Amino acid sequence: MNIVGENRWWQRVLYFYLPLGFFAVLLLFPFYWMLIVSFKPDGDLLDTQANPFLLHVLNRTEGFPFISFDWSNITLKHYRYLYNDTEFTRWLWNTIIVTVGATAISLICAVFIGYALGRFKFRGGNLMGAAIFIAYLVPPTLLFIPLAELVSRLHLYNRYWALILTYPTFLIPFASWLLMGYFQTISGELEDAALVDGATRLQAMWQIILPLALPGILSAGIFCFTLAWNEFLYALVFMGTGDMKTVPVGVVSDLIKADVYFWGPLMAAAILGSVPVAIAYSFFVDNYVSGLTAGATKG
Amino acid sequence: MALVHTSKIAEQGEIQPAQGRGSIFQRDGVLAWLFMIPGWTILLLFMAYPFFLGIYLSMTDKMLGFNDFQFIGLENYRYLWTDSIFQQTLRNTAIYGVGTVPFKLLFGLGLALLLNRQFRFSRFFRAGLLLPWIVPTALSSLAWLMLFSAVLSPISLVLRQWGLIDQNINFLGDAWNARISLCIANIWRGTPFFAISILAGLQAVPTELVEAAALDGASRWQRFQAVVFPVIKPIVLITTLFSVIWTISDFQLVYVLTKGGPANETHVLGTYAYQIGMNATDIGQAAAISLYMFPALALGAILLLRSVRSGGAR
Repeated sequence: MNIVGENRWWQRVLYFYLPLGFFAVLLLFPFYWMLIVSFKPDGDLLDTQANPFLLHVLNRTEGFPFISFDWSNITLKHYRYLYNDTEFTRWLWNTIIVTVGATAISLICAVFIGYALGRFKFRGGNLMGAAIFIAYLVPPTLLFIPLAELVSRLHLYNRYWALILTYPTFLIPFASWLLMGYFQTISGELEDAALVDGATRLQAMWQIILPLALPGILSAGIFCFTLAWNEFLYALVFMGTGDMKTVPVGVVSDLIKADVYFWGPLMAAAILGSVPVAIAYSFFVDNYVSGLTAGATKG
Repeated sequence: MALVHTSKIAEQGEIQPAQGRGSIFQRDGVLAWLFMIPGWTILLLFMAYPFFLGIYLSMTDKMLGFNDFQFIGLENYRYLWTDSIFQQTLRNTAIYGVGTVPFKLLFGLGLALLLNRQFRFSRFFRAGLLLPWIVPTALSSLAWLMLFSAVLSPISLVLRQWGLIDQNINFLGDAWNARISLCIANIWRGTPFFAISILAGLQAVPTELVEAAALDGASRWQRFQAVVFPVIKPIVLITTLFSVIWTISDFQLVYVLTKGGPANETHVLGTYAYQIGMNATDIGQAAAISLYMFPALALGAILLLRSVRSGGAR
């Protein structure tokens, strides 16, 4: 049942479909643009007569059958260029190593912190919860200068460890906060029963609670993965030279050139770099939001 | 049977499971702190320590790659305060916040109200319209870089064909055009976050109440401000504060679209700190630029922590 009093079709169009369509077009247009530019031949891009919003596959002809297909107006050239003539695959590899490493470390730490804050009553618990929340709010732009100094003192500059160890500074607080909320929702009775039956705290956690929390841990892992994949500033500053760049950094610093013909590969790279994250998120959208704003939606 | 048994005892409060029983590692308090050691070690080393190191560096004249530097007190802060580029940077950061957050809130609220209905493909729309916020900003900014291109911008092209302009718009080459362009791209990226958070809040709005109000003849607007808004108010506040913090500390969008140009006219604190620290190699001054962000961030964090707690978290 929709909101009452909107039963006429023109009301539905005016108050619902029109605004929704408006948002959909505005929010998705840049992606549509990326996609078509990444498949366009260069000549097509510069052709001022052609409609820039389409790939010119379908053409009108004089006689029957009135249309003809011209597949030469779709090209995989830009994707091939990325693979053959740039270090895109190397950047991809770097990103994967860093992302997986940082996610693994963060997830392990966050499961323990989230468990402690969500299931133990102890002095200082509230304070530590607040501290985790504050840590989540510290932006990379506040810390990157002194962190660069620290990274170079530890001789980590341009090594994977530079990012694997610094990404957890924003992944751990985020995942801990998310998991804390998740652990709180699991009833204490099962755990109490196990304890009465003689299990230790750790056994109860390992064998009873963690398996129940697996969906939460999985989604925390996915979000850590995407946050690490998207990170830009630390990657630019700590691993921004030579062949150690991550995908976003490599694309932005190596593929932008001062000529007109770089748009194709640039858009192709933007598409390829976005796809893994888009897929990962689309399955977990709802969890993400409820986790992020855990405090406010409950109660 | 063990289950029933335990809950009964627990109700009567006769035993406190796992407290004061067995070894010291069975105690909640001890275990909790042990559990937090690995995570906090990383946070202390790579977050707390750099924070204080940053405060210290901001009071020195350290240059990148040189270990010979002197303590100069608040000189960096004083100098920046009089530096015209930095003054413009502060103004830009304010413009960037004021020029985007209200719009993100407004559009996000509207979009959330639309998505809150049941309609065909609603799941598909929810996931799809979130895209601007979830893909790597550095990469989606590249699409905007092209949409704002002085040569190939399709926006210019369409406006030219409609006869509204004679020449391509110089989106990123003119100071005010560039600032507005940055705001537009930022609004585009941030709106889905507002929409999806508020959408989550809308789930708590009692449908019967809205329908009852409608039957009593309350208008659309009356229903919204009397029934819906009070329920989503806390989450609107929290989302807004998150957005303010992220907006004033932004880096990627500005770095990719303008790099602070033309002529340093569009820097925000993050990009200016990068330019001074990494390009001009003045680490001390760059650290001070970053720290100028701190008062606003601290204020935002305090307000946010308060509203999250009063929202019923603990």
